[in-house]
Amino acid sequence: MTDKERNKAMSYTDNNNTEPELVQNFRVISPGRMVAKRFFKSKLSIAGLIMIIFVFIFSFVGPLIIDATWGYKETQVFKIERNTDMVTVAQFTGPDGRTYDYYDKSQTVIIFKAPPSAEHWLGTDTSGFDIFTRLMYGGRISLVISFIVIFLETLVGIILGGLAGYFGKWVDQLIMRIVDVFACLPYLPILLVLSAAISSIETIPAEHRIYYLMAFITLMGWTGVARIVRGQILMLREQEYMMAATTTGISSIHKIFRHLIPNTMPQLIVSATLGLGGVILYESTLSYLGLGVPFPRAAWGSMIALADPSRGQEILAYYPNMWVPAGILIVVTVLGFSFIGDGLRDAFDPRMKR
Amino acid sequence: MLKYLLKRLGLAIIILLGASALIYLLSMLMPADYIDNQTSAALQSGAMTMEDVMRLKELYGLADKSIGGIAKSYITWLKSTVSGDLGFSFLYGKPVTTVLSEYIWISFMIAFISYILQIIIGIPMGIKASVSQYSAYDYTVSVFAMMGTALPSFFLSALLMNVFAIKLGIFPLQGLTTATTVFAPDAHLQILLDKVWHLVLPITVLTLLNVGGTMKFTRTNMLEVLNSDYIRTARAKGLSEKVVTYKHAFRNTMIPLVTSLSGMLPGLFGGAMITETVFAIPGIGYMALRATRQGDIPFIMGYNMFLAALTVAGMLISDIMYMVVDPRVKLS
Amino acid sequence: MGLLNIFKRKKIEGIDNTMYLTLRDERRISKENNKIIKYYERMKARKNVPEEEYLTQMRDPNNVVEFENLHTYFFTDVGTVKSVNGVSFDVPQGKIVGIVGESGCGKSVTSLSLMQLVQAPTGQIVEGSIRYKANDGKCYEITKVPRDKMLKIRGKDISMIFQEPMTSLNPVFRIGEQMDEVVLLHEDGMTPESAKKRSIEMLRLVGIAMPEKIYSKYPHELSGGMRQRVMIAMALSCNPRLIIADEPTTALDVTIQAQILELLREIKEKINGSIMLITHDLGVIAEMADLVVVMYAGRIIEKGTVREIFHSPKHPYTIGLMKSKPSGKTTDDRLFSIKGQVPNPINMPDHCYFYNRCDRAMEVCLGEYPKLIQFSPTHFAACYLYDESRLSGDDLAKE
Repeated sequence: MTDKERNKAMSYTDNNNTEPELVQNFRVISPGRMVAKRFFKSKLSIAGLIMIIFVFIFSFVGPLIIDATWGYKETQVFKIERNTDMVTVAQFTGPDGRTYDYYDKSQTVIIFKAPPSAEHWLGTDTSGFDIFTRLMYGGRISLVISFIVIFLETLVGIILGGLAGYFGKWVDQLIMRIVDVFACLPYLPILLVLSAAISSIETIPAEHRIYYLMAFITLMGWTGVARIVRGQILMLREQEYMMAATTTGISSIHKIFRHLIPNTMPQLIVSATLGLGGVILYESTLSYLGLGVPFPRAAWGSMIALADPSRGQEILAYYPNMWVPAGILIVVTVLGFSFIGDGLRDAFDPRMKR
Repeated sequence: MLKYLLKRLGLAIIILLGASALIYLLSMLMPADYIDNQTSAALQSGAMTMEDVMRLKELYGLADKSIGGIAKSYITWLKSTVSGDLGFSFLYGKPVTTVLSEYIWISFMIAFISYILQIIIGIPMGIKASVSQYSAYDYTVSVFAMMGTALPSFFLSALLMNVFAIKLGIFPLQGLTTATTVFAPDAHLQILLDKVWHLVLPITVLTLLNVGGTMKFTRTNMLEVLNSDYIRTARAKGLSEKVVTYKHAFRNTMIPLVTSLSGMLPGLFGGAMITETVFAIPGIGYMALRATRQGDIPFIMGYNMFLAALTVAGMLISDIMYMVVDPRVKLS
Repeated sequence: MGLLNIFKRKKIEGIDNTMYLTLRDERRISKENNKIIKYYERMKARKNVPEEEYLTQMRDPNNVVEFENLHTYFFTDVGTVKSVNGVSFDVPQGKIVGIVGESGCGKSVTSLSLMQLVQAPTGQIVEGSIRYKANDGKCYEITKVPRDKMLKIRGKDISMIFQEPMTSLNPVFRIGEQMDEVVLLHEDGMTPESAKKRSIEMLRLVGIAMPEKIYSKYPHELSGGMRQRVMIAMALSCNPRLIIADEPTTALDVTIQAQILELLREIKEKINGSIMLITHDLGVIAEMADLVVVMYAGRIIEKGTVREIFHSPKHPYTIGLMKSKPSGKTTDDRLFSIKGQVPNPINMPDHCYFYNRCDRAMEVCLGEYPKLIQFSPTHFAACYLYDESRLSGDDLAKE
């Protein structure tokens, strides 16, 4: 380009002032906002968010309101007397050789298992606890457990996966073999064995069982995060910007925590969100089997356990108010977390851009 | 290729050894008096003698808690486990291997039928959803699939029992056979039909819980394949959309599908603990949960080792199947 | 929207204060798009369309394909992208037509429109016509041809070679299987044996040494050049009247590039067909094409014979392109490059799209989009520089 031409080009830019027009024509958007925007564009993720917000308000604000207004907690027993007809049917063979049906009707007074009423929206259960209140407390314990477990799992996973991915060689070999071993252990049976053992040890108070429970779920679940972190770091280590970071002479720790871990965050956030639902399912399964949150504390799983047909069909058949709401809440919570997780994954993944 | 397989096999053995050590450590966690509590009933009934209990404690490293003692008893236990002797279940009064071989078949049958249903329902649904991405069908199917994975098995079982067994009364509530009917010993067909009738609800539960996963997996993989260049080539050749989808695209989706589905096969023998227990079906999962609650240590450890071995076998099978279905792996 | 604050970062002047599409805007756009898409998809899915509806007449019987005022739009969630915005040109029988332009200028979409392979449902042909003359003398209006009829044209009369030979062949089928498939699909009375014979013959035609051996190989066992030869063989196997080559050499080694181009030219002679060669490599165009179409941001800005375009380019963009080509003759130490960037395809201005980058821009250029001006029977360019009726004395002085 000759000087003359260059001057001409410059004067053109100055005079016509076309640059702002170009900027207006492009829409520059920050990555974070792009993710938020893509997330909120999906109806499912909004639905998931609403579901989770609802469950949170229900489980954390609900108990406060109940306590402040009526002043009772999850283990308040209500003895509501009501009469019920008890009908016994039997058969006997009369002297004429024919079979007769024999009905015996009597009235009994029961104080538990009250039907839904204005005071007790979902009635009371077999121990006289208010079901609606117990749903709130059950949600609280489930959510707290799941968040703590996921936090611990992620922490352990980041540390071990990060070490394996960053240092490679024998460190990687060792950690990954441990991951393999843990991954091949049967999750639920081992969890059951551990919980059963803990609940049989009398020196451990029942209230402490939840802490052991969280430790066990973490112990069995950290491998997924470790794998993700290791895979990501192996991939990121080969990228040019890591080479650039190395040439500036920063320390390994700095490199891991400033450059590598933040880049694995999108994947980790997604897997953690999806994992929350999984932990809630495991916790409620343990509670269902009586090996989770100990009685008399409320848990969604143990509320459904009332309907276990092995203990009689009465509740399964005639008292859906005792177990159906708890089941619905589990589904809503787990589904909410999966919707959000899926929404986040699609939002983080630029390939999903339409 | 053989070298690769041998390497995988070696790795599998190492993993199993590690798993055995961890499972053995489990028994360490149990307090010694726990064994006493659990075996007292068996002792009283005369099913076990005091010597049996002592041998048990020694075998599971509960008698001598020094490191040397533990290592010694671990090796003894490992030796007998490798030779196929998983110990003697004091709850069921039989060798663990006998209990396993007796009860896995019913579990396998339930799991296998639901596995087949899962494949024949989930895969076509996933394909259809991927072909019409973002359509109403796609959304509906995806939401139902997620719902399946969000449902706890015991809750779904309770719902189905309430509706189909109690309200409608078309299916039996629990068990494997009708206790009130006495069948002639040679009425094999009737006995079989009775069993099948009892298994409808549990199989439905397992299928509903798992079909969503298969569907989603198919959909994700199909979407990836449908966006690839060779699909555009296939369309440019003038092939109809049907051939493009079911021949060119699906044949590629088959690779991850076959790999993951074949890896699930051994796991079918493991039993579905919760579902079997809720429906009181005497499968291996039901027996294992009972044993876990009763603290039948030999059974628990044998069962967990068995499950770990199934998982490792699943890994090996998917490795092999991957080489079978993907032509790119075969020669390299 | 307090939750959104988590995602916000510090404001950056000049970036963060620009306008964004709000969620509501995007919703509205996607709703409108859905309506439009549904309409076009329904049109395409019709069955038993009477032949009269899509039969037409060619303007010039010597042409194989005529594009006239073609508009292909993509209805995305952030707005409508006018990928092809009023394109008209002809592909004469037995000639090679080169289409050049920067990436994203709509050259591939033009060719995909001809194949009815535009990425549906977002991409739709909204206006204009593509006329195609088949072997039997019938003329089809491609934009109206129903899907099932199109399947018979695609791959048989018009075949396509893609840019990426590495990924354009299905990895799980053998080469032979993929080649036989086309023959069996389009040729009547073919048996698997005769299809195999034809495929091997085609492989030999494209210069593959051991066709029988290649026939039973998987794509991953071949090199990139080999795969592109296979793609060409596949495109040839039904004696097409037109081959669309979409950047056939971009992904290949320079030495292989020359071989493939040579092969394409030989084949054109052999089958007496036409080739639509899409590329951004001017060297390839100079080497191969008879006619050249220069596209910019979805429009044709200049078209003519190779000689005309290379020796007397008219449009400032074409002139820039010619200058930016390394020739070895000049002694300048730096290559010329056209400054600026292609404008954002969404919400394009109404005036000439090259205005921002043009060093000869005038007042009149901000008016409506310039029409094509004819310089010779074959040479056209769309630029006000040559519009005598609009040219004022002032602008001439600047020249």
